[in-house]
Amino acid sequence: MSDITSSGYVRQDLLAERPAPVKTTGFVGLVRTRLLNSPTNILITIVSALLLWFTVVPSVKFLFVDAVWTGTDRTACLTENGACWPYIQAKLPQLIYGFYPEAERWRVDLVLILSVVLLLPLLIPRLPAKGINASLFFFAFPVVAFFLLHGGGITGFGLSWTAGLLQLFDDSIIGAGQALLSLSKTSAIAPLLWVLGNLVVLVGTAIYWLIFPLTWLRDQLEGTGQSVWTDFAITTIVVSLIAFMMGGGVRTGWRPLAWSIATFAAIAAVIKLMGLDHGGLPVVQTRLWGGLLVTLVVSVAGIVTSLPIGIALALGRRSTIPLIRIFSIAFIEFWRGVPLITVLFFATYMLPLFLPGNFTVDGLVRALIGIALFTGAYQAENVRGGLAAIPRGQGEAAAALGLSWWKTTSLIVLPQALRHVIPNLVNSFISLFKDTSLVSIVALFDLLGSLRASFADPKWSAPSILFTGFAFVGIIYFLFCFGMSRYSLFVENRLNAHRRN
Amino acid sequence: MSTEARKPPAQIALKIRRVLGGKAGWNGVAVQLAFAAVLGWIGYEIVSNARANLENQHIAAGFGFLRNNAGFDVNQTLISYTGSDTFLRVFVVGLLNTLVVSVVGIFFATVIGFVVALCRLSPNWLLSRVGEIYVEVIRNLPVLFQILFWYLAVLAALPNPRQSISLLGIAFVSNRGLVIPQPIGQAGLDPFLAVLLFGIVASLALRTYARRALFQRGQVIRIWPYVLGLLFGLPLVTMLLFGLPFTFELPQLKGFNFAGGSRIIPEFVALTLALSTYTAAFIAEIVRAGILSVHKGQMEAGASLGLSRGTTLRLIVVPQAMRVIVPPLTNQYLNLTKNSSLAVAIGYPDLVSVWAGTSLSQTGQAIEIIAMTMGVYLLISLITSAIMSVYGWRVSRSLGA
Repeated sequence: MSDITSSGYVRQDLLAERPAPVKTTGFVGLVRTRLLNSPTNILITIVSALLLWFTVVPSVKFLFVDAVWTGTDRTACLTENGACWPYIQAKLPQLIYGFYPEAERWRVDLVLILSVVLLLPLLIPRLPAKGINASLFFFAFPVVAFFLLHGGGITGFGLSWTAGLLQLFDDSIIGAGQALLSLSKTSAIAPLLWVLGNLVVLVGTAIYWLIFPLTWLRDQLEGTGQSVWTDFAITTIVVSLIAFMMGGGVRTGWRPLAWSIATFAAIAAVIKLMGLDHGGLPVVQTRLWGGLLVTLVVSVAGIVTSLPIGIALALGRRSTIPLIRIFSIAFIEFWRGVPLITVLFFATYMLPLFLPGNFTVDGLVRALIGIALFTGAYQAENVRGGLAAIPRGQGEAAAALGLSWWKTTSLIVLPQALRHVIPNLVNSFISLFKDTSLVSIVALFDLLGSLRASFADPKWSAPSILFTGFAFVGIIYFLFCFGMSRYSLFVENRLNAHRRN
Repeated sequence: MSTEARKPPAQIALKIRRVLGGKAGWNGVAVQLAFAAVLGWIGYEIVSNARANLENQHIAAGFGFLRNNAGFDVNQTLISYTGSDTFLRVFVVGLLNTLVVSVVGIFFATVIGFVVALCRLSPNWLLSRVGEIYVEVIRNLPVLFQILFWYLAVLAALPNPRQSISLLGIAFVSNRGLVIPQPIGQAGLDPFLAVLLFGIVASLALRTYARRALFQRGQVIRIWPYVLGLLFGLPLVTMLLFGLPFTFELPQLKGFNFAGGSRIIPEFVALTLALSTYTAAFIAEIVRAGILSVHKGQMEAGASLGLSRGTTLRLIVVPQAMRVIVPPLTNQYLNLTKNSSLAVAIGYPDLVSVWAGTSLSQTGQAIEIIAMTMGVYLLISLITSAIMSVYGWRVSRSLGA
């Protein structure tokens, strides 16, 4: 040991400790490397800090420090230079329910709770039974919500509705035929029109006799007192039998039969529970609806109705049948090319002219039709993107297995395509949610419209209510949209998990 | 003896079937016939109902009303207009107002959008957070909300003209809008404009010449001093020779309002502010994505060729980023133009407001007026998408070559 210490090339004393390297992690590291690492950066940091200071501090001061928290009318808010929260407190019911009668507001609350209960498990990927959940949310919930929010009952069921629809169709055909016949008296090509008109009338009459048993049965049912339940029973039997037969009869049809009967039992329970067979809940006209309720109704109804339209248009645009493809392209490009506000004007002023004179459509429904067509065109482009992302081999493999076009599309291609486009669908839902504010221009009072209406109240006219109202409504909009955009990012990350490195 | 390759059979029937019915063949033809019948039936119903309804309301269909007197005033007109002008002129006035708010909005949206994108890409942590907050807040609020916010809350809170905020004593901001100096043409205007036009054309020609020299002979010509001279020096010389091209009439407070200068109505200010800041948030994301889409290796390759950082950015990175940026950017421009129709909410006299709003309620010609309004927007978007498909075709051609 001693010879090592004495040898000439071994260091005798320890080197002085070097200072630790500059920290590049943690908060201090962040400040060093990303904020103050060069003179320019220091300048930029100071400028942005000033920018933040002059926007954040006044906002916080306005919203919290200088704010008025209690009061009964405008006098409380005239003195202070801050937010006027008692005004929001007084106007909150109007901002959420509009003019919905106070005694009936539990119905709105119930619908909101139902939607949350159905929607939350749908959004969490880990939870099971997505199929049932989705069909409940997309098919059962809108109907239940309609009868809860609007009220009213039903006088018939599947049989009467089918008979009514077919009769309407048949009347229109016979009407067209008679119009042709009357035209043939004056026209130059009279014989041709006469033949054509007679032919159309003949077809109409044939359909009339074809559906005669149905309409006769409906008229008989309306005579008896228990029309809803008899009709319901007949519909249940017919539909269940069809499901049984289509499902493969005695061999494999038991499962569809059970499903069908269970579904109808659930429908019966809902009808009984809400008393739909004898009038249902008291009717609340849609012009009394307002606030957040209208915003949510319009956006949910828009997304539920636009998705089928979008899928149909996307499939139509990819179809090789010329007329269907041309129609889909024209339809999509038309609605995508015009602003939503003109679509709403179209639905408000032009649509009533296109419908029969005795047929009035509710203002909210008109706006919904416009929004469904408009959003449907955008959804079609989203879905088309998903369809294009599915490799051709999938469809070819299905064809090699002998599946028909319908089965290939509904069992192989569409499920994969729709899963691909969930983030895009959520994004278009966000823009739909934001665009619902436009219905306030066609005299519907959504969240923004209610806010604007509440500014006019002389009881609360103070300078600070404008900023308070905008801040409150802005926070609601922001929370909804921001939450949804984060969710869409989450789904996107999940879908691309295999691509992450 | 060689055998000639036989021609395939003509298969005319098959080809016809393919053209008429697509892959589905005769089934496809049957589907089309049924579809056409349904469309025809719907069309018939619409026409007959519309005719009956119009008869009930005593409205004469057709475009004859365009020649009638409008009889109402519009508070911002680019061309001369009085209440006794025709409805056709109202249509043109509204269309021009829509176009002017779109163009101004697009300009500001582009500027703000690029600045915010650069902020978000900045290595400075704080600045990139500021950019992110801007984008997230603006993007998640409805554009109508923002228009109303600027119009009802911010602009209405400004002082009245007597206490208006002065910007360097030239322009004045008040709750009645923005008053700016008005340029008034002088004797030197014509030569000035002519020289300016010449300067622009000559600069473009010079640029083409320099590029050709670079690509064909590898010769680098520095053109910026000449361009500077053409665009600024030459007009300056003309100004010295012929006198000032125009002078500014400054606004002056007279009584309760301003005299002189030109007034920009507050509706225009609110709409432009809201539309440009809203669209800027989307443009910022597009630009950021475009710049990030260029691989880091491109910058390194440029450096290893001995190009300076600026040259690498200008010649290598930006052209590749622009290929990604331009199509969604035009889409945003189109969106801004379509969103300008929200002017109707605050009463800015754009196409929807004066045409589908006031004129519709005066004449009741719903079908004609809404069809014309939709037609204008449809035309704008179809022209834009046609230009974009030409652009896309050129890009893909340049990539293929």
